Amino acid sequence: MKTVNLTCIGCPLGCPIEVMMDDDNNILLVSGNSCPRGDKYARKEVTAPTRIVTSSVRVFGSEKGERMVPVKTASDVPKKSIMEVIRDLRGVSVPCPVHIGDVVVKNVAGTGVDMIATKEVE
Amino acid sequence: MERTVYDLIIVGGGPAGLAAAVGAYDAGLRNILILERDLRLGGILNQCIHNGFGLHTFQEELTGPEYAQRFIDQVKERGIAYKLDTMVLSIGKGEDGSKEVTAVNETDGLLLLKAKALILAMGCRERSRGALNIPGFRPAGIYSAGTAQRLVNIEGYLPGRRVVILGSGDIGLIMARRMTLEGARVMVCAELMPYSGGLKRNIVQCLDDFGIPLKLSHTVVRIEGKERVEGVVIAEVGPDRKPIPGTEEHYRCDTLLLSVGLLPENELTVGLGAEISRITNGPVVNESLETSVPGVFAAGNVLHVHDLVDYVSEEAKLAGERAADYVAACGDGFTAPEDGAKRVPVTFAGGIRYTVPSAIDPGKIGNWLKIRFRVGDVMQNRKVVLYLDGEPALTKKRRVMAPGEMEELVLTARHVQAHPDLKSIEIRVEEDV
Repeated sequence: MKTVNLTCIGCPLGCPIEVMMDDDNNILLVSGNSCPRGDKYARKEVTAPTRIVTSSVRVFGSEKGERMVPVKTASDVPKKSIMEVIRDLRGVSVPCPVHIGDVVVKNVAGTGVDMIATKEVE
Repeated sequence: MERTVYDLIIVGGGPAGLAAAVGAYDAGLRNILILERDLRLGGILNQCIHNGFGLHTFQEELTGPEYAQRFIDQVKERGIAYKLDTMVLSIGKGEDGSKEVTAVNETDGLLLLKAKALILAMGCRERSRGALNIPGFRPAGIYSAGTAQRLVNIEGYLPGRRVVILGSGDIGLIMARRMTLEGARVMVCAELMPYSGGLKRNIVQCLDDFGIPLKLSHTVVRIEGKERVEGVVIAEVGPDRKPIPGTEEHYRCDTLLLSVGLLPENELTVGLGAEISRITNGPVVNESLETSVPGVFAAGNVLHVHDLVDYVSEEAKLAGERAADYVAACGDGFTAPEDGAKRVPVTFAGGIRYTVPSAIDPGKIGNWLKIRFRVGDVMQNRKVVLYLDGEPALTKKRRVMAPGEMEELVLTARHVQAHPDLKSIEIRVEEDV
């Protein structure tokens, strides 16, 4: 048995939620939430939390002398992969022009998700 | 020297200026000019590379630059003129009733421009260390959170390795995560108030995800180091927000980020002579987002600081449409004739700090009008009631309200039609038992 404490992000109320789980990570009880959204959030957050990861990488050959282009994972990746995703961006440098949606790193950190550019850089 | 004439000049090419331009164009205006001081359109969104923008406007979660690009594309598709790298020096009223804009850039030199209408969309800036009176030397390593954001995301520099953050505004929270991802160690985030001014989502995903402690009711009492920050001392504060002796904690660090509030940037507005609200630090506006100077409108963070860019875009579109109405009423002249506008003040009680707009002409709200406001403290189990001439016209239950979350009420034409001779509009926050 273990309990995980979370803060719900569904609304400004920010309910403190306690999730009770058995040793096989089966959810026994979700408590502390004051609406069904909190229950849903807590179940996802303890079983398969995901995040969009954003960062920036260097560019070269920019007409206007821009140095960086912002990037994001094209979809959610597991929360535990965040630092691996960031590590995979180290040393990456892309030629200009860069367009929104251009793939900067394919299958970043083996997540099956591409890292894509989020800004137009000429 | 002859001034170049436009129907509408928009000061600022960030989210407010772009949406205002699109709103004005779609309402029929063609002779529009946007003046932007940066080298590209989009304003502060260019450095806000995190996601979470546009859920309301596009039903998608975009990053800041992606959200900006949607509006930049709309401006370009419409062929709306803009000048980059152009600093507006002053705005004023001409003898012929025109609004005069003086600006400068490297290509044109000094620009003397005239317009029938102006939209102020200059945004806001960050409150600085000087506004906080933290004692100590003035070492390197103290940045506003937004400056650090620009250094990391645009310039590609990491401003420090061991970081303490004062203030839990959203930019500070976002930078706690960003600096951590780039290899810095964020020791703590201290907040003077007993609650955070940032969004819950940011507290969870920027602090909790990385095990960064948030210390509420704490502030920085000392900054150590002469050439470079070497440490800061944080202490707990009492209900009077004064440090409690004996609660000091020392943190060894090389960087202090400040995320302690945003201030609308209204030097130009003051120079014009428009009335400024002492609470929002933005101009006082009516239902058309028109300032006390007829034909001059304001939208976005220059008017009042918003939490979501989606609301900025919506507000700015309205300013653009109303500016187009004003220009249409000008005919061949530079000013619209006085139309005997009614001015019903919006009053408030029960913990509301301000409303935008602060006065309404009931005949000019169109089908509906959003009244936006903020409360001064965290409150639970309340209802917001809108009274027209003392009669409740609209009630909205709120389980929780916080200073960091902007509230809104939608006043509809149906509400005001029931009061043909409307004299008072009041919004009250009441206990909901």
